[in-house]
Amino acid sequence: MAETGFSCPQTREQVINMYFLEHRAKLLDVAAFLDRLDRARPTASNVDFREAALNEAVRILVDGQPQRAKRILALLSDSTTEIPQSAHGMKGASGAVRVNSGGAS
Amino acid sequence: MKYIDPHVHMVSRTTDDYQRMALAGCIAITEPAFWAGFDRSSAQGFFDYYRQLTEYEPRRAALFGIQHFTWLCINPKEADDPGFAREVIALIPDFLKCDNVLGIGEIGLNKNTKNEKIILEEQIALAEKHNQLILVHTPHLEDKRKGTRLIMDALSASQIDPGRILIDHVEEHTVAEVLDRGFWAGMTLYPDTKMTPQRATDVIEMYGSERIWMNSAGDWGCSDPLAVPKARIEMSRRGHQMSLIDKVTLDNPRTFLSQSEKFVLKAE
Ligand SMILES: [Zn+2]
Repeated sequence: MAETGFSCPQTREQVINMYFLEHRAKLLDVAAFLDRLDRARPTASNVDFREAALNEAVRILVDGQPQRAKRILALLSDSTTEIPQSAHGMKGASGAVRVNSGGAS
Repeated sequence: MKYIDPHVHMVSRTTDDYQRMALAGCIAITEPAFWAGFDRSSAQGFFDYYRQLTEYEPRRAALFGIQHFTWLCINPKEADDPGFAREVIALIPDFLKCDNVLGIGEIGLNKNTKNEKIILEEQIALAEKHNQLILVHTPHLEDKRKGTRLIMDALSASQIDPGRILIDHVEEHTVAEVLDRGFWAGMTLYPDTKMTPQRATDVIEMYGSERIWMNSAGDWGCSDPLAVPKARIEMSRRGHQMSLIDKVTLDNPRTFLSQSEKFVLKAE
């Protein structure tokens, strides 16, 4: 399944007119979240893997390449191939993986 | 305007929600069997749940002119104990005869374990034996892509036509593989953790409108039983044709579901 070219029925200007304020607010939410992290006392010497993953994901936002949503989801995906026997004792899903354990593929 | 919400857990919703959905144009829903938010203590708990899905909910929906269809299974979250899961699966064949049962669902994986996979394969075999449609649940977060691939491999190992299987909760990183392998794809619209109506519309623009539908998956968590009509509004305000909007929210669900002879819409 290939992506089509200009498949959105709106012009660039129409997309900005319709969605800019909504996404301006969402971007400010992310910025304020990162500021909040700065103001919070650390409890471990290492950066939490979720925070590290989020910082990597932010790079994808501004790299100018297509399929940003897909690539961020891939970055946040488990790329391991082992299958544990049982879920017993496993933690709930966290929404991210350690960035150096490999994501996008 | 008419639409179908093909994945919504009405046992967790109030009667007011049926009314609001009817006012928004909902003519039919399909309700997969799922996790109740806590683990049931016995197979008998599932027996009662299946009675609720096959006897009680269709009556409650009919009060508002909504047709109610359902899918039966043991959900992946409670399938990690194979012995228990098999006790539950043994209850299902009798219920498959009920008028509103369309197939086996929502089966799949939760934590991508061997135990879950064994029970997934046994339920795929059950669907195959009884010639049932399948509705698939995929994990929601970092385990979605891995889980979706494991599930598709298990499905492909059966003789079931992929056109009779819908894989739900697809996102941008799984939708192409699902469609490329011949399955149907479902997008779940959730207020917080899953697809928004905006992203679902983006996916249709990028990957087309063949073999794809949208649903609210409304349940006991933060969810929105009006998510499908909200997605219709999103597509409309973006300038999409009404024929495309109807295709993904009415025609496609009807086409897939009509592969079961039990799925006949009265409103048409
Ligand atoms: Zn569900």
